[in-house]
Amino acid sequence: MGVRTFTKRQVSVSAAVLVLLALYPLAVRGSFPMHLMIMVFLFAMLGVSWNIMGGYAGMFSFGQAAFFGIGAYTSSFLLTAYHVNPWIGLLAGGVVAALAAALIGIPCSNLRGHYFAIASIAFAEIVRIHFNNWKLIGAAEGLTIPMQDESLRNFMFHSSKAPYYYIMLGFLILSLGVCSWVTTSRMGFYLRAIKEGHDVAKVLGIDVVRYRMAAIMISAFLTAMAGTFYAQYILYLDPESVLILPISVQIVLVAMLGGAGSVMGPVIGAAILLPISEVTRVKLGFKGSGLDMIIYGTLIMLISVYQPQGVWGFLQKIGRKKR
Amino acid sequence: MADQLLQQIVNSLLIGSVYALVAIGLTLIWGVMNVLNFAHGDFLMLGMFTAFWCYTLFKMDPLFSIPVCAAVLFLLGVGIYRFIVSKVMKGPGLAQLVVTFGVSIFLANLAVMLWTPDFRLIEKPLLSGTWSLGSVQLSIPKFAASVGSVLVSAAVFFFLKRTRTGKAILAVEMNRDAALLMGINTERINSLSFGIGSALVGIAGAFLSMYYYIHPQVGGLFGLISFCIVALGGFGSIEGAFIAGILIGLVQTLGGYFFDPAYKYALVFLVYLITVWIRPQGLMG
Repeated sequence: MGVRTFTKRQVSVSAAVLVLLALYPLAVRGSFPMHLMIMVFLFAMLGVSWNIMGGYAGMFSFGQAAFFGIGAYTSSFLLTAYHVNPWIGLLAGGVVAALAAALIGIPCSNLRGHYFAIASIAFAEIVRIHFNNWKLIGAAEGLTIPMQDESLRNFMFHSSKAPYYYIMLGFLILSLGVCSWVTTSRMGFYLRAIKEGHDVAKVLGIDVVRYRMAAIMISAFLTAMAGTFYAQYILYLDPESVLILPISVQIVLVAMLGGAGSVMGPVIGAAILLPISEVTRVKLGFKGSGLDMIIYGTLIMLISVYQPQGVWGFLQKIGRKKR
Repeated sequence: MADQLLQQIVNSLLIGSVYALVAIGLTLIWGVMNVLNFAHGDFLMLGMFTAFWCYTLFKMDPLFSIPVCAAVLFLLGVGIYRFIVSKVMKGPGLAQLVVTFGVSIFLANLAVMLWTPDFRLIEKPLLSGTWSLGSVQLSIPKFAASVGSVLVSAAVFFFLKRTRTGKAILAVEMNRDAALLMGINTERINSLSFGIGSALVGIAGAFLSMYYYIHPQVGGLFGLISFCIVALGGFGSIEGAFIAGILIGLVQTLGGYFFDPAYKYALVFLVYLITVWIRPQGLMG
């Protein structure tokens, strides 16, 4: 750990990966490979955002779906009801989610471990139940995003998924930038200190509540941005598609599998987990037999037992040995 | 008005005492090994299905299949502890939280695969009908489930306070290392507690199967509510879980009655958030 300085090797590897990712849409045919990568980027971003509060500050949130849903609903409601441009809706969603995060952050500011996890679930369930009954935003029927002309300004594309791909890649890079800034700043050190010892950090004069709140709000803002993207991409949303516990769990899983508490960890986690879950869903989930979810559940157990520190730590260990 | 209020209070006590039994199973596991079992609700679902199949295949009423449900769930609990949970106990805290989510998703969908997502009901349980006590209607199966839950809860309480094994469990809960030094086999206590906690929720499942719809997703909501009850009652506290269970029953029923039925579970979660805000350690913690 410590202040991040990039080695030449790191810079060249990142540049090579970026070039490959930029060329990917030109190399593949059909919409499924594009959809798959978009979902990988989306969940990578959600995992990176979770990491800011979970991985660094030790607040294991199992309620990220609430922020995701708030982001998706804010922009979509503003668009359907007042014709507000989705890019403005994106920022508005981020702000609303950050405010909601502050609201929930106050009662949770002193909760630790399991208590925090349960509180985050309780919060997300309240939001889900409320949205399921809130007539203004379509209640259980949800919202359909009105069709508009294809343009970057309208955040809507019909002929190809490629623009969505590049936008989501841009969002992911942005969230990685924010995460990396947080971890190398003074705040990052404070957050790690709070994670290692809540009381010790307090005694040392760190304003624990303030920094925990900041971490939750930043995390919520980024998560809500991903939510707006999702709404503009799928063009339909209801509480059962964006606000449910399985989404929150998948976000935690992406971060844990990759390595909670490392900037790149969730990206690796998403790159491994999302193809598995999307492919099993498409290949096995259509009959509603539950087989795809049985495999998914087994996968969670295997990861927890055999790879609880995440793949990123494992890769670093190998890298060190080579040198 | 007063009659209706009395009826609501009776209803909330009936469901609250079953909640309490479910939550006591959870708090025992939580208290002893600091593991939050997210599959607890799915254990309840399996308890209900065990009672259902005993009824359908062997014409055994839920009242008599209680020991079967307890035994099946005890074995399941011990198995899941031995082969899965114990393997992550020394790992990072996050893995301990996530692993039981995997168990939960696995079990709920295994039930979907084996038994389809259909809703089922035990059509002619031995206990049925209602008693009219003045203006209050008392459902007989619900009453039996409630009385049974209170008796089982009391039995657990005395088992923990009076027997050697029970005291050993409490000792491990207080201080694992000290208990180990006193010659208590903590690993054995862990799997025993996981087994007992699961058996209790299996018994609750048998009770609920007398009047509740049985389907693979039934555990989800019960699971979430029992987390709130346990955290509300305080870390590992049996008495706390019992009181909080009754309290949550009251909030849910009266909230649904006076406010809006659609929001009754939201109110439960809200009460939880407000309580931990004021008392982060729970009521009795």
